[in-house]
Amino acid sequence: MSASEAPRVIPAAAVPLHRQLGVTDFELDEIRARLGRDPNDLELAMFSVMWSEHCSYKSSKVLLRTLPTAGPDVVAGPGENAGVVSIGDGLAVAFKLESHNHPSAVEPYQGAATGVGGILRDIFTMGARPIAVLDGLKFGDPAAPRTRHLVRGVVRGVGGYGNCVGVPTIGGELVFHPSYGGNPLVNVMAVGLLEERHLTRAVAPGPGNLAVLFGSATGRDGIGGASVLASATFGEDDPSKRPSVQVGDPFAEKLLIEASLELIQRGLVEGLQDLGAAGITCAVSETADRAGTGILVDLDAIPRREEGMAPFEVMISESQERMLAIVRPQRLDEVVEVCGRWGVPAAVIGRVTDDGLVTVVTGGVDDRGMPRPATEVLAAIPAAALTSDAIVYDRPAQHPTHRRLAPAPGAPESASDHLPVRGMDPGAVLRGLLGSPNLGSRAWVTTQYDATVGSDTVEASERAAGILRIKGTSKGLACATDAVAGVGAFDPYLGAALAVAECSRNVLVTGARPLGVTNCLNFGDPEKPEAFWQLSEAVRGVGDACRALGLPVTGGNVSLYNESPDGRIVPTAQIGVVGVLDDVERRVTPRFRQAGDIVVLLGEAVPGLAGSEYAALAGSAVEERLPSLDLAREAALQAMILAAARAGVLASAQDVGGGGLAVALAECAMWGGVGARLSLRVSAEPAVELFGESPSRIVVTVRPADLPRLAALAAEHGIPLEPLGEVGGDRLQIELVGGGAAGAAEERGANVADALDCALAALRHAWEQALPRALGDDEFTPPPGDG
Amino acid sequence: MASFRYAVSVMPKPGILDPQGRAVEQSLPHLGVDSVHAVRVGRRVELTIDAAGETDARAVAERLAGELFANPLIETWSVELVSAASSVRSAGPA
Amino acid sequence: MRVGVVVFPGSNCDRDALHAARLAGAEAVPLWHETPDLRGAGLVILPGGFAYGDYLRAGVLARFSPIMAAVRDHAARGGLVLGICNGFQVLAEAGLVPGALLRNASLRFEHRWVRLSVERRDTPFTRAVPEGMLLRMPVAHGEGCYYLPDADLDRLEASGQVLFRYAAPEGNPNGSLHDIAGVLDAGGRVCGLMPHPERAAEALLGSDDGLLLLRSVVESTADGIPRVSAPR
Repeated sequence: MSASEAPRVIPAAAVPLHRQLGVTDFELDEIRARLGRDPNDLELAMFSVMWSEHCSYKSSKVLLRTLPTAGPDVVAGPGENAGVVSIGDGLAVAFKLESHNHPSAVEPYQGAATGVGGILRDIFTMGARPIAVLDGLKFGDPAAPRTRHLVRGVVRGVGGYGNCVGVPTIGGELVFHPSYGGNPLVNVMAVGLLEERHLTRAVAPGPGNLAVLFGSATGRDGIGGASVLASATFGEDDPSKRPSVQVGDPFAEKLLIEASLELIQRGLVEGLQDLGAAGITCAVSETADRAGTGILVDLDAIPRREEGMAPFEVMISESQERMLAIVRPQRLDEVVEVCGRWGVPAAVIGRVTDDGLVTVVTGGVDDRGMPRPATEVLAAIPAAALTSDAIVYDRPAQHPTHRRLAPAPGAPESASDHLPVRGMDPGAVLRGLLGSPNLGSRAWVTTQYDATVGSDTVEASERAAGILRIKGTSKGLACATDAVAGVGAFDPYLGAALAVAECSRNVLVTGARPLGVTNCLNFGDPEKPEAFWQLSEAVRGVGDACRALGLPVTGGNVSLYNESPDGRIVPTAQIGVVGVLDDVERRVTPRFRQAGDIVVLLGEAVPGLAGSEYAALAGSAVEERLPSLDLAREAALQAMILAAARAGVLASAQDVGGGGLAVALAECAMWGGVGARLSLRVSAEPAVELFGESPSRIVVTVRPADLPRLAALAAEHGIPLEPLGEVGGDRLQIELVGGGAAGAAEERGANVADALDCALAALRHAWEQALPRALGDDEFTPPPGDG
Repeated sequence: MASFRYAVSVMPKPGILDPQGRAVEQSLPHLGVDSVHAVRVGRRVELTIDAAGETDARAVAERLAGELFANPLIETWSVELVSAASSVRSAGPA
Repeated sequence: MRVGVVVFPGSNCDRDALHAARLAGAEAVPLWHETPDLRGAGLVILPGGFAYGDYLRAGVLARFSPIMAAVRDHAARGGLVLGICNGFQVLAEAGLVPGALLRNASLRFEHRWVRLSVERRDTPFTRAVPEGMLLRMPVAHGEGCYYLPDADLDRLEASGQVLFRYAAPEGNPNGSLHDIAGVLDAGGRVCGLMPHPERAAEALLGSDDGLLLLRSVVESTADGIPRVSAPR
């Protein structure tokens, strides 16, 4: 781009500058009140990005304050770059989920790649070495050419960045739902490991300390990118909402990781902050505000990639792979040496002051970082006004006119779901579910992700937690991320609570104790009362579930304005959970282990098929019939499964999730390479027991001799337990007994189903082909044998 | 001294499997184009060399092409002069 | 036995290689790319990753770094060199092993568990591998399709320089000619392979087959007298 084409802050004739920058008249008055004067153009640009939804959380702050954040293991909670929880032995884990939805819609490869880069920086900024990535991806109809383009680009982008940086991608989920057609979701979770003594905060303490910018030079890329893009509804034909795409350089990031961690481990930095949305403006104002100091920035000292950049462009550029370090002057030489050895350019761009202001000057500073006589002050804003004292809204929320809630536990059920059960062949339904885009094998995705770099990956899984070992200890980490979009579509409260329950259950079934929750809340335009109601309900759901399960929320991210001309996305609370295994050798996996083991269902099905994969396959279920979630029972089940895992009773364990019990059993069998002969009690609607997704159920196997111990644990925790049969053979056979079984009810002529009997090879074939077929890729060769 | 700008084109050798070229070719029917064949995908590197004359400059470009930009086992290259200019800058204002 | 692991900017399996070499009983030290000093290493490992970002062409920029001159000398003196994944690409670009690594035939990055047949057990890299054993380990690369012109390939086969091949049931993940996963130089002292033995060094992580390669080297030089037979 030549200088003459450069964007300028020049208002069009009729539209005042602040409105062009997305600042409302009301907000301009608020800015004036904080400054005691009119802002100049540079200041206005800085306010506009810092007061954007993306940076300020101005719509969600009032809601997020209600989440539980305290816990015995919490070392750092919300407000830091990432949550940090202790795992003992002086070690801690940093983890966080973040969205990169809008950039990925514009340019899927770079959008996803820079999303990975951004969340990794949040992790190593805390002093943690990134050790795992998980991705939560949501797209529209997989048959649509645009969806296929987005899926290919996003998956390549997540892989391209993570593989190069050398951080394994060990899990995640890929979900298709029509509401994401115009607005895909790219949520990325990163996990890092640190020694607690190296915990580093994003602060700028000590007036006189130097502000050192290191990493890539500053260019025009992504000006107003994440902040502006992510803070407005995405229109198809609105070029003004399409700033230059941020381009990721994972090679530069890898060097940045090594340089940053060495700086931290050698104690050379007083504070560290990565540069993300709103660039330098955000980094200096947040670090100063947290420390109660100010920062003076020498605009001329900032290394640039392009000529002729205007001050506002330098201050709000979102060029990737940059870090801000706060350094004591006597350590500067060492900092420069470390950066130089890693090939990372570093420059002193300012110093910490005691005036509480973010001051931007041009004309230079002297050796001590003091402004020279001819220095011109371009901006002077209280740091707090840009961050902690930024505007906060309490938006109106309104129930949608058309709204349903799940039945209360124990409430009488209303009538039929109108699902086809008469003469149903459950085997065909199971093959159909395993062959559906949402439940089929993710190998098409996961083979593009390096899951083993780092030599810590014990399990990389598509439909269960990923497990890492912690070198030098006997411990392991279990990590999972889940959302329950199908139910969230009807009831955002229930969808969010279910996601917390399912995600922590996925961690627990490995035998790990969950330590904390991170979340990424993907919703529509908060200025629309119905969308804000969805957000507020989801936050309430996350909060209630976390309180019931004793889990602190340690951080997260909010992505609003996820709307397109096709409509708003369904409410999507993406949840991430990290748990610790005391002995990783004793982890529990979903795989059936050996013939003769007893298959046991813990928990029981409750009616309600709405929002399920079965309902999507079968047509649709009426939305009154959502599965209910009893949080007390969920907590009891979670306590019981953890006790069982620790007692060494479990040979295998799998959460009952999407596709219900039959799909969970099929997964255990396919992945273990051995079938099972089972018998299941069914009600008048066998689809509920076989394919319903009611929560708080886990299917486990135990050695026959261990069944009494499992039963005793279940009784102790008040958990229903049903032995289903035993592991063995190369088929999955489920005989149905009770009201809805063909044998028992044939004469009654309604709601009956035959036994399920499928060869594992047939199930595996359906499962393996699902995703390549859905995406129209007939060249993909699925890996044999692996789960 | 003068400046010479070259474009170095690096192409897969004839006979070397070129999966990118094949992929492009296979996608063409989706665009309704069926008259195109023998697609090969290569790489182009542009660079400016300061030298006394074109012969010296070209020698540098050829050396880099053979030792760095292309792997002679699998790739061929060609060096093309794009532009040349005196690099002597005037002392006064332009 | 000291094992040196080269750290290029962008290497990301250097720590894995150091870890695995220690598990194999070696003393393992990192070697910085700007310092042409092998620190007395008997085996030099060029690890996986994206050296210099793999910009331009995988492995090509690393070949010009200062330590590569020392690696070249080491190889010329009969020292042992093992290039893994990106390290194999660097060795091939540097001409220290024959061949070139093209983009995978699938045009995708491929992370898969594969099985390797060991074509020769009389090399310093494979002498600890039991007869007939297939080695299970992961591949993770975008450019691992082994290529040599036909005539050179015939010579490579005839001289016994093919050391590892992809085997069933997983098979060939990248379209490599003759299913070649790893090769030796003419002297049998330099080995490059695309799969990652260093990530298959513990049963906990899915396989410890890869440790056999490192143990072969450590054991073959443990008494200070490398026992090596030249390729046929």
